[in-house]
Amino acid sequence: MHKDVIIPVWFFVGVLLLVYGILICASGLVEWSAPQTTTLAELHAPVWWGGLLTVVGAVYTALFRPGRGR
Amino acid sequence: MTNEGMITLKAVDLAIIAIYFLAVLSIGFYLKRFAQTGKDFFMAGREMTAWVAGLSFVSANLGSLELLGWAGSSYQYGILAAHWYWIGAIPAMVFLAIVMMPFYYISKTHSVPGYLTLRYDRAAGGLSAVTFAIMTILMSGVNMYAMAVVMKVVLGWNIHFSIWVSSLTVGIYVASGGLYSAIFNEVLQFFLIWFGALLVPIFGLMETGGWKGMVARIQQNFPGQDFTHLWSGLGKFQDNPMGMHWTGIVFGLGAIVSMGYWTTDFLVVQRVLAAKDIRSAKMAPLIGAFFKMAVPLIVILPGLLGLAVLPMHLFPESGLQAGQHSYNEVLPLMLARYFGPGLLGLGVTALVAGFMAGMAGNVSAFATVWTYDIYRPFLRKTATDHHYVSMGRWCTMIGLVISIGTAYLAMGFASIMDYVQALFSFFIAPLFATVVLGMLWKRVTAAGGFWGLLAGTVSSVGMFLLVKFNPAMLAVIALSPHAKALAEDMYRALWSCLIGVAVTVAVSLMTKPKTESELKGLVYGSTVLPKEGDLPLTKRPLFWAVVVLAIFVILQWIFW
Repeated sequence: MHKDVIIPVWFFVGVLLLVYGILICASGLVEWSAPQTTTLAELHAPVWWGGLLTVVGAVYTALFRPGRGR
Repeated sequence: MTNEGMITLKAVDLAIIAIYFLAVLSIGFYLKRFAQTGKDFFMAGREMTAWVAGLSFVSANLGSLELLGWAGSSYQYGILAAHWYWIGAIPAMVFLAIVMMPFYYISKTHSVPGYLTLRYDRAAGGLSAVTFAIMTILMSGVNMYAMAVVMKVVLGWNIHFSIWVSSLTVGIYVASGGLYSAIFNEVLQFFLIWFGALLVPIFGLMETGGWKGMVARIQQNFPGQDFTHLWSGLGKFQDNPMGMHWTGIVFGLGAIVSMGYWTTDFLVVQRVLAAKDIRSAKMAPLIGAFFKMAVPLIVILPGLLGLAVLPMHLFPESGLQAGQHSYNEVLPLMLARYFGPGLLGLGVTALVAGFMAGMAGNVSAFATVWTYDIYRPFLRKTATDHHYVSMGRWCTMIGLVISIGTAYLAMGFASIMDYVQALFSFFIAPLFATVVLGMLWKRVTAAGGFWGLLAGTVSSVGMFLLVKFNPAMLAVIALSPHAKALAEDMYRALWSCLIGVAVTVAVSLMTKPKTESELKGLVYGSTVLPKEGDLPLTKRPLFWAVVVLAIFVILQWIFW
């Protein structure tokens, strides 16, 4: 009876990745000049990996947002 | 809650973990309104697309026990562990999609034991339901315990805290949304695991200078041992770290264990049965197969990289001394090596998500089999749909409480992986014989199905006990005194399946088969299978099955 309005799982995936992406990217920026404690820390992975998550999350959130008719 | 652990989490990591818990609970509450009928609660309305069903199908198997266990196994056995992802999965997934799925789907069964009830009778279906329910609860508990141990070692979390908080969360969201919740969270988990773990092999290969650099470092760290060839060391039991022979891999793992697991274990088959139509149901295992072939990238490769880059050697769980790490800790050690704040939270959340999705898969399958295959046919035949849904919600919580009990029981076992593999060989291998014979041969009778299943299960348990009490029997059952635990499991599964087949055939030939009309929609030769000739090539499951098999063969050749 409610099936026509169920939100696609991809929307939830998008929101979670978007939130995680922002958090990880921000934490990477905050830690940018902190002392390096992990191997290959000089690559600043949290910044670009968090950025990637943010982009993927934003795309999924926008494409599958409720009410878009998908 | 915490003591000293291998990894120290910062505020951002804890926030990422907390957000995950909040998200799964919110999704569970949101989906509750869609899970009001039996079809919705137990079958997710049978409206999942091929992609959702396919990702859920492969994720249900990608629990933390799987991630940590096989990463540890790849440190211990090298690339041989990838057999469990390739020959131990891909042919079976293709077989499920192309050969078996039409019968499961057309029969409109709600479960694998349900199919056996339709094909044979209540006795065969009931036996299968009871063994599946026992196995599922035991597996769920072991999964729970294994994860709690890792959380204790890695993060210093209290073991009881991990077990209870995670279990209650899973219980609440599965009891709320049923299979909808389980599937939604499995798809979430799929993305978390890939985004949480993919950086480990990327960084590892950067550090070692690529595959060749990694192999050179492994040879330097472990001279004279071959960890990077898939088939060339399998000519003799003593020539490889697994103590395995190629016949065990091909016939035990490829032909029996994997076929049994991927085609008859209701935990994974339930996801595909939720597909919206038969083409989606056939495509789902093929989509799953593509991703399954790629999983070694985030599970096996980190284990191999651990051999190359970790400054210390890892050891078996049983003989561990203070300050040493076990094989199973290789993935957390690699996470700690490369991941700083934020990424570490994502990596740990991926492990927690894997654990919770694995448990959700077990309890949702348990709820369906208990309600539809044990409670309804044997205890209360006539009740309303609403009553069975309530029963499903209650037994989700009860199943979890029993699982917690088995988690504490599992603390008493020396080797968890031995226990898990033994369970598969007891229940899954004989079941495969019963299901596939019933699907493909009209002459098999109800009595043949029941006695074949019983004989296969009893013989498997018997062989296990025989070797436990008389280790000399290993040379008979596993064909070599050099065979190790995994090799023994593969051969035990092979023999129990063959015993199941022999008894099923013998009893069937002595008893009366069902009539043609009774077998309609259940057996090859009595079922009209939908034709796909009018579909474009890229929409046909058979086309994608050929593509999957071609990639599978190429992978064997590359890593031979």
